[in-house]
Amino acid sequence: MTGDALRYASVSQVESPDSLVAHFGPERPLVLDSGVALSPFQIAYQTYGTLNAARSNAVLVCHALTGDQHAANVHPVTGKPGWWSTMIGPGRPIDTDRYFVVCSNVIGGCLGSTGPSSVNPATGQPWALAFPLVTIRDMVRAQAMLMDYLGIGTLFCVAGGSMGGMQVLEWAASYPERVYTAMPIATAAIHSAQNIAFGEVGRQAIMADPDWRGGRYLEAGVRPAQGLAVARMGAHITYLSESALHRKFGRRLQDRAAPTFTFDADFQVESYLRHQGEAFVERFDANSYLYVTRAMDYFDLAGSHGGVLANAFRGSKTRFCVASFSSDWLFPTSDSRAVVHALNAAGASVSFVEIQSDKGHDAFLLDEPELTATTGGFLRAAARMRGI
Amino acid sequence: MRISSPRFEHDGVRPDYLLVARMVAPGSKVLDVGCGDGALLDLLVRERDADGRGIELSHEGVSRCVARGLSVIQGDADTDLADYPDDCFDYVILSQTLQATRQPRKVLENLLRIGRRAIVSLPNFGHWRVRAHLALKGTMPVTKNLPDTWYDTPNIHFCTIRDFVELCDVIGAGIERAVALHASGRPAGVNAPWWFWNLFGTQAVFLLYRKDENGHRTAHPTNE
Repeated sequence: MTGDALRYASVSQVESPDSLVAHFGPERPLVLDSGVALSPFQIAYQTYGTLNAARSNAVLVCHALTGDQHAANVHPVTGKPGWWSTMIGPGRPIDTDRYFVVCSNVIGGCLGSTGPSSVNPATGQPWALAFPLVTIRDMVRAQAMLMDYLGIGTLFCVAGGSMGGMQVLEWAASYPERVYTAMPIATAAIHSAQNIAFGEVGRQAIMADPDWRGGRYLEAGVRPAQGLAVARMGAHITYLSESALHRKFGRRLQDRAAPTFTFDADFQVESYLRHQGEAFVERFDANSYLYVTRAMDYFDLAGSHGGVLANAFRGSKTRFCVASFSSDWLFPTSDSRAVVHALNAAGASVSFVEIQSDKGHDAFLLDEPELTATTGGFLRAAARMRGI
Repeated sequence: MRISSPRFEHDGVRPDYLLVARMVAPGSKVLDVGCGDGALLDLLVRERDADGRGIELSHEGVSRCVARGLSVIQGDADTDLADYPDDCFDYVILSQTLQATRQPRKVLENLLRIGRRAIVSLPNFGHWRVRAHLALKGTMPVTKNLPDTWYDTPNIHFCTIRDFVELCDVIGAGIERAVALHASGRPAGVNAPWWFWNLFGTQAVFLLYRKDENGHRTAHPTNE
């Protein structure tokens, strides 16, 4: 498939994605934190496994910034395995022989849930920056409406890493009675200043691309590919670790014996980052990147509970399993420990493990035996208690 | 206090675990600090209907506990107890761990701040075999119960039963119950004086309470 065809493929996912879609008409608007009532809107989602008769075995998987609903199936645009296929499947920790797994594209996303590249019914044009700002809580509200639509009252588990973990925490805080277990992984209850700063660099890279055109690039038939690629390159560095980069690339040169004394991609690490940037542009929308990174910036679960994080979990009966990775400097272990301390202070049931890995933040997406052992054991034990 | 129960006649369960379990009133909220693979915590949850939580340093231990359905966080008794609010547990248990902490006094104070009762078990460095080893061989004792050499041992703050009783006094902890155990796990002389326990107990289990401003014991959670 050529680049242009791929671009077309990813654009076509916006209105009619290769997945299930739930439509919410004027009678069911999504009331956002900003006060705007978004209506009509749609949520694209995938399911794996079978919902049992008691409707007690549903697991909601929440995706990260650039993830989507294709958690455990071959991606319709990239042809690659789902982003959490290490965790979801028969015999895997989120066992599809046992649980009914749902993963939906976040509101503001670009793979079929309503977002800035969707058509604004008032104008017949893409929303672009006229789309209202969304928050993590808005994403969770939309997921809760999807659960209502699917007839699922209490979720056996809500699980996710990074921004997905933020949604897990928000679920546990906003709908405690609907969450039996929660697995927030490599995440934080408060987006740090450093992470807001990284997000801003990415957004400015997109906005500085002349093809961004104030957000109205789709009508012009162009895309701010350079800006989005640079945003991805910068962000990608934060998903790795110094030791992982060193191990993978060192100072090795790319297909050459000596430096060229140009600004060509002499080093393997440069070539790798350029490839990451280019590949990302094929499957992701620049305006969605602005909106979803902004949603993370606004996330402050303590701030929305009187400045005390423990208040977010007061009286919670949910069983939590929190995990972090030792080399993750984007969502360091201290962020997870802050969540654990708050859960302890609130008297909630919590398990926590810091997994030793040198793969940085991305470790949550990789086949990490300690992660699969801990989460698998946690879910099996909880399933016994739940009678699943 | 009703402590005997026919359900506790287990084969293969460590005698000190059974002793600790008998000290815990049913339905209590319990924190086990240094809970290892969760054997004691599991016993408390199953047999004492405890709302049990644990802290464990090793990843393997945490993982095994979590797979048993226990709520355990990876952490360190020396640094992480400070993060728990006052009075959030009925009992805080420190089983065979105090001697491995960097600051035993601070840890013990934290136990009695977090919990209304603390249960502490510890190896007795005053046991006659230990004394004999040091007196006769002149080297740091290595016994069946204390098998590590001095340079390998995680136990950096050994004490005797008497030493521990003195520490309790210093920090204002009251001793509600104390039992010394022989190497076999049998109690050593139930009503024996301290000197006897200090000589013949290989380990001891203490049920401690926090004294109030007037030096009186605070109310026991249940079942007294």
